[in-house]
Amino acid sequence: MADLRIKFAGIESPNPFWLASAPPTNSGAQIHKAFEAGWGGAVWKTIGPPVLNVSNRYGAWHYGGQKMLAINNVELISDRPLEKNLREIRDLKRAWPDRAVIVSAMVESKPEAWHTIVRQIEDTGADGIELNYGCPHGMSERGMGSAVGQVPEYCEQITSWVKAVAKIPVIVKLTPNITNIVVPAQAALRAGADALSLINTINSIVAVDLDTLELVPSIGGKGGHGGYAGPAVKPIALNMLAALGSDSVVGSSGKPISGMGGISTWQDAAEFLLLGASSLQVCTAAMHYGYRIVEDMIDGLSNWMDSKGFASIYDIRGKSLQRVSEFQHFDLSFKAVARIDQERCIKCNLCYVACNDTAHQCIDLLDSGGKVVAPYAWAVTLNGKQEAISSRPQPVVREHDCVGCRLCYNVCPVEKCIEMVEVPSGRESVTWSEVVRDHCAVTEDWEAMKTYRDAHGIEIH
Amino acid sequence: MKIAEELPPLSSHEAVVEANRCLFCYDAPCAQACPTHIDIPRFIKKISTANLTGSARTIFDSNLLGATCARVCPVQELCEGACVLGAEHKPIAIGRLQRYAMDYAAAKAMLPFRPGPARGSRVAVIGAGPAGLSCAGELARRGHAVTVFEKRALGGGLSTYGIIALREPVEVALAEVRMIERLGVEVKTGVEVGREILTAGFDAIFVSTGLGATPLLGIPGEEWIADGLDYISRSKLHPDELEPGRNVLVIGAGNTAIDCATIAKRLGSERVTMVYRRTEKEMTAYEHEYSFVKNEGVGFEFLAQPVRVIVAAGEVTALECLRTELTPHPVPVPGSEFLLPADQIIKAVGQERPSLASVLGLSTERGLIAVDKNLETNIPGVFAGGDCIRIKGAASTVMAVQDGKLAAAAIHEKVTAHG
Ligand SMILES: Cc1cc2nc3c(=O)[nH]c(=O)nc-3n(C[C@H](O)[C@H](O)[C@H](O)COP(=O)(O)OP(=O)(O)OC[C@H]3O[C@@H](n4cnc5c(N)ncnc54)[C@H](O)[C@@H]3O)c2cc1C
Ligand SMILES: Cc1cc2nc3c(=O)[nH]c(=O)nc-3n(C[C@H](O)[C@H](O)[C@H](O)COP(=O)(O)O)c2cc1C
Ligand code: SF4
Ligand code: SF4
Ligand code: SF4
Repeated sequence: MADLRIKFAGIESPNPFWLASAPPTNSGAQIHKAFEAGWGGAVWKTIGPPVLNVSNRYGAWHYGGQKMLAINNVELISDRPLEKNLREIRDLKRAWPDRAVIVSAMVESKPEAWHTIVRQIEDTGADGIELNYGCPHGMSERGMGSAVGQVPEYCEQITSWVKAVAKIPVIVKLTPNITNIVVPAQAALRAGADALSLINTINSIVAVDLDTLELVPSIGGKGGHGGYAGPAVKPIALNMLAALGSDSVVGSSGKPISGMGGISTWQDAAEFLLLGASSLQVCTAAMHYGYRIVEDMIDGLSNWMDSKGFASIYDIRGKSLQRVSEFQHFDLSFKAVARIDQERCIKCNLCYVACNDTAHQCIDLLDSGGKVVAPYAWAVTLNGKQEAISSRPQPVVREHDCVGCRLCYNVCPVEKCIEMVEVPSGRESVTWSEVVRDHCAVTEDWEAMKTYRDAHGIEIH
Repeated sequence: MKIAEELPPLSSHEAVVEANRCLFCYDAPCAQACPTHIDIPRFIKKISTANLTGSARTIFDSNLLGATCARVCPVQELCEGACVLGAEHKPIAIGRLQRYAMDYAAAKAMLPFRPGPARGSRVAVIGAGPAGLSCAGELARRGHAVTVFEKRALGGGLSTYGIIALREPVEVALAEVRMIERLGVEVKTGVEVGREILTAGFDAIFVSTGLGATPLLGIPGEEWIADGLDYISRSKLHPDELEPGRNVLVIGAGNTAIDCATIAKRLGSERVTMVYRRTEKEMTAYEHEYSFVKNEGVGFEFLAQPVRVIVAAGEVTALECLRTELTPHPVPVPGSEFLLPADQIIKAVGQERPSLASVLGLSTERGLIAVDKNLETNIPGVFAGGDCIRIKGAASTVMAVQDGKLAAAAIHEKVTAHG
């Protein structure tokens, strides 16, 4: 059995799964239930100055019959009295000494305000503090949340105020609403942050109602951008996580990263771990299905680790970071072509139309005699199941013309039906940066490019 | 007792979930398998985007009688049978999705298209069944003035009189007739062409008279046997007049016979048995129909040839049969007489050939009207389609609709080429 325990900036947790600071961590009673369900930790719903919330605060993106691929919210930080939150945090930590109890906070950008809240949080016995520099709506209008996270100087300054008094670990939670995530991360580390977490929610307008022409959700006729989270944001979160892990300053700082953004399954979780996270936070998936989802996250991750021979979270943390590279270092001579398994193929022709309309026109439809036929070539006078099935042509890739773009592979609805097969290109390995170094004219002159291609046998269709 | 439609309509949630399951195949096999070649992925996609107007128009574009077809088509043999999801999963419920879009069109009293500007041409259609209505509507689309002559009191052909209410309520068929009328087509009912002579002045004629009544078995006591087609039409239009027998025999094993047996069961007959000269293997009914009726609790008497109706005190008491042997033709075994007790006997052994052919002087093949690939008969300007030309393959509504559509295109070509 794999050991799922983590020690994150000194904070111990029986497993890496924490509830993110959000509605699932709004109160002590809720988190009691969550811990009973198995969550290793919880980041308390952000506490800070008084706020008032609105109704219709969540919108969602549904697609193709799948509910809530993403949620969008204009919820503020906790609207419960500060005292009440602090009291419940204290009780919670006492009841659950083995779980990670972290408190998210956000106050006015004044040193005294931050000093006060830090002391109040420490008095509860909580294990750590998470600085919310991410809330992209409402709080930012009041100069907090992403208004801080988007300006590296503020980020650094406030972190240093906190660090000046904090005795427990300080995690800085980054906003993704920024051009380069590395810059605020470095700023936080310069100020002494003990750990980073990302991502908070992404600016978004989720929909417009086509009956009323109002935004969705409509708050008494008005709407605005809200924070976007859930499965749809996972690729964005993974990219930002990898950017931190690959950055020489952040990567070599040794400061742990708590990853979040779209984690719904143990598979998602494993990907975050492989790209450098060592604790994982979850919000939307829990809001969709309840606390019980942690059971399979733990079970699935543990079974996968066993099957791969990984003994602890630290065996996988960042293991795929070495694979993160840049285009200029990719091997231009690596060649793969699409191959269709005719046994599996159900002849939906989705690969055919994708390749022919929008890729490289290298999938043919072949009749049973191997002759190329056009789509819609059947006679309108013939019909019926037998006729349609028996006369249906088979899509086949002309491998010589396939550029290996992998579009067909992505659209094919059948598992393992299209395979991208590596084939020898007959050329020596070379990267773009090497080409530029050795043949710098190719970057500006099409004639030079042609000469280079001819010399190396690179054909473009 | 009025028999209700068997399948409920899909709820909008069910429809969208099912529509989203469709892969949106390119050059989809379901559309090839559909005799009218409805662009199925296109209409289904439109259901998933809540564009029901567009979905219905897509169906009408290929098939004006989409509401009937959605209910009566043997989809297992056609579109759904060819669905790429059929092999490993459940095929898409194309018929029910089509009905969903067609119900929307009916509720909105949608017209499939605006009739084309009048060209001054006139076309007569004989028979207001699916073939005739489809042809009439397609001609109206192209601006021809169409008059449909129908001998019965109501239009719709077998959709109104023959297809059991379990599958299609009469109202659906009649609403389609009204829709065709709203396209500017004149439907004259109660006019039997042949008896009443067609007035001249038509640029073309489309013969879509379907088939005739159930043929005679030629056995003693046949006058005591109910005609299956008549039995079904009464079950649809005058259900209260039907007195269900307690012990019913249905002679025949085609789809009509199965329908009669189903109706008898639904009307409350205790025992229903189908009597057939051959065996299960030779049955012409669709596989899914056969298993449906078995589930309804209908029994079978195979290898039995009716020879006489036994009547006592003015009531049917039994059907006398001979055992048959397959050679492979069924041959009665002499001396093998046996009695099947019954208080009601229904025959459903096919339909007679169209009689109008000889009246009009049309050449025939095996009793059916012979046409060329444009559905034109030996008399120039006279076209035919539907069951009355179905020499090959199973007669079905959707094939009749396609004939009507193809004939309209051919008639249009011909009429406009002359003009
Ligand atoms: C009991 C039964 C159940 C069936 N169930 C199904 C089913 O579930 N699915 C399916 O796809 N198909 C089914 N069919 C077959 C389907 O009904 C026919 O294939 C289809 O109706 C043929 O259409 P049509 O227009 O050619 O002929 P019809 O529907 O027969 O219409 C012909 C019309 O012409 C009229 N007519 C005839 N002679 C004249 C004349 N001289 N002057 C004026 N009018 C005339 C008739 O009164 C009739 O209204 C069934 C058939 C039967 C008998
Ligand atoms: C309704 C809602 C409210 C949230 N409130 C807070 C908050 O108060 N403080 C905070 O730091 N993050 C807040 N978040 C962001 C989450 O903690 C988390 O960063 C984000 O949802 C991404 O994770 P997910 O994809 O698992 O939901 C909120 C998110 C949602 C959906
Ligand atoms: S990989 Fe791209 S180019 Fe090759 S067959 Fe697939 S879609 Fe076409
Ligand atoms: S997309 Fe896949 S299943 Fe569909 S035709 Fe292409 S290879 Fe076959
Ligand atoms: S074959 Fe099936 S999945 Fe493909 S378009 Fe037709 S209904 Fe949809």
